[in-house]
Amino acid sequence: MLVKELTSLGAPSGFEDAVRNFIKERATADEIYTDSMGNLICHKKGNGKKVMVAAHMDEVGLIITEITEKGFLKFSTLGGIETAVLCSKKVLIGENSVPGIICAKAIHLQKGDEVNSPLKLKDLCIDIGANDKESAEKLIQMGDYAVFDGVFTPFGNNLVKSKALDDRVGCAILLELMKEDYESDMYFTFTVQEEVGLRGAQVAAFNIKPDIALVVEGTTCSDVYGSKPHNQVTNLGGGAVMTAVDRAAISDKNYYDFIMKTAKEYDIKLQIKRTTMGGTDAGAIQRSGIGVKTAVLAVPCRYIHSPVSVMNFDDADCVYKLAKAVLKNIERSGL
Amino acid sequence: MQLLKELVMSVSPSGRENTIREIIKTQLSSVCDEIFTDTLGNLVCHRKGNGKKLMLAAHMDEIGFMVNYIDDNGFIRFSTIGGVPKYNVINSPVEFVNGTKGKISYENKENPSTVNFEKMYMDIGANSKETAEENVQIGDMASYCGNFEIIGKRIMGKALDDRAGCWALIRAMQNTSSTNENDIYAVFTVQEEVGLRGAKTSAALINPDMAIAIDVSNVGDTPESLELNLKLGKGPAVKMKDASFLIHESVKELLLDCAKGAAIPYQLEAASYGGTDAGAIHLSGGGIASGTISIPTRYIHSANEIIDSEDLSNTVLLLEKIIDTPIKKYI
Repeated sequence: MLVKELTSLGAPSGFEDAVRNFIKERATADEIYTDSMGNLICHKKGNGKKVMVAAHMDEVGLIITEITEKGFLKFSTLGGIETAVLCSKKVLIGENSVPGIICAKAIHLQKGDEVNSPLKLKDLCIDIGANDKESAEKLIQMGDYAVFDGVFTPFGNNLVKSKALDDRVGCAILLELMKEDYESDMYFTFTVQEEVGLRGAQVAAFNIKPDIALVVEGTTCSDVYGSKPHNQVTNLGGGAVMTAVDRAAISDKNYYDFIMKTAKEYDIKLQIKRTTMGGTDAGAIQRSGIGVKTAVLAVPCRYIHSPVSVMNFDDADCVYKLAKAVLKNIERSGL
Repeated sequence: MQLLKELVMSVSPSGRENTIREIIKTQLSSVCDEIFTDTLGNLVCHRKGNGKKLMLAAHMDEIGFMVNYIDDNGFIRFSTIGGVPKYNVINSPVEFVNGTKGKISYENKENPSTVNFEKMYMDIGANSKETAEENVQIGDMASYCGNFEIIGKRIMGKALDDRAGCWALIRAMQNTSSTNENDIYAVFTVQEEVGLRGAKTSAALINPDMAIAIDVSNVGDTPESLELNLKLGKGPAVKMKDASFLIHESVKELLLDCAKGAAIPYQLEAASYGGTDAGAIHLSGGGIASGTISIPTRYIHSANEIIDSEDLSNTVLLLEKIIDTPIKKYI
């Protein structure tokens, strides 16, 4: 599974080229094409139902909005990043991966309310070591993107910490799934701009018009210090995660039951996501055209949308095995 | 009222509308030319006619709850589905799709006025995790516990939003079974409460010339209530707007002509918030002339909503008149 290679690439929403090129070179399908919005579609022809399997290529990131006279960079976010996470983090800017550090006024200089209130985006900027605007502009242009500098680092028992596990782990799983043979007419779809509102998926689903879709994701996991059991959403090491309901979509009941049954049959660990918050490409796909039956399988990721999201390879393996079993049997599912 | 009671008592939260769909299918299969369930679960009842395509939509789903976690003592933590007001939920009885019943309470060292859903739980009468899991699994869904009472001229029950609309549409279709002035699609939609989702895909499937949603709306006739125009008992409302749509001129004209022509009392409504299936339908494809008929309702999204029985029967009359009026002269 190419999680390490895929997470090392910088590709926030709207700037997915690096990931798309990487996948394109390794995809095994009858036809491979990029649509008008940048989604990469790998079509493996089959005689059964039209099945769309989707993972998003983009990660959360930043976009440079201003270069100050002193050579610091102001920025906005691409996708949902908790502002509190940003301060003192290392970032890489643009295609040349210019290193930078997100900085704020030092704590001993903060006054009154500033000390007690969380930093806002306007209080933060990126230091790239430039002396002034002119020298900064030799390295950076307005509109350049930045991503977290969060190197893939294995630790613990089969765990890894890295940026962008959401959703490069999904992309890696799709690349593996694509190597198999299926009866259905398979569209392995690597979408763009999920983190800014499921945009690529909407366009891809409109064009593909699938009967059924399976979305493969990285999802939130808060089984850590300070969270009560009922607020933990998922558990690391608890296996594949299936979503019943989130803010974007409600899983088709028969599809949901079929996946549950498949997990039992193949003895694959499966947990149900314990919240109705969050959203995935399934939301856009489900409501495309005359409607699509959707389900979501995900790998639990602690500290998601940060430079050090953490996942367990066993969970990724469960998602891979379950997705494979589901897709191989989907023609006999009655869906 | 037996049918309305049956609709209200069915536990059918968003995405899990099977029970109510079966009830409606039984009612309408003999008065339609074709009846089918589409991909997302909308029930489409098509009565072929000579005129233009008219879509009438009422949503089958209701707000609900999903099980997140079952603790060692058998108490259940939950998330909400659709717009569930937390102050309505505390101490409300609940019922699962499989019939399991219970109630919602909260960690009582908390202040009830500021408590949030994370501090609430369901008590289903289990005394251990194992006994709870005999009836309920993580991911299972519940709604308010079924209840239905006739109190004077009024009707009280859960999920009158939008079972009242479903009932009115069913009765109107049954009462007009011999007419074919319009090509009628009576659609009972899914997942309205989570964002008008079923209406979006069913409109794409049908591509109607005109669409009318039948839903409920809040009233301003209770003590010290918000200043809302609608009152119980003054007739169904022609909704001019809400946060999801503006009524199309042609639909407004049709609705007012029908109400006046049949001497049906009606009210006008312009809401600054909320949404109905018309919000999704009117933006479908190349755009669809759409409007909404509202049944005035008190205490929406609580375990005991209240409507007026005459408003309900007048809604049926208005729908019958619409079904019998060729819409082609309006569009």
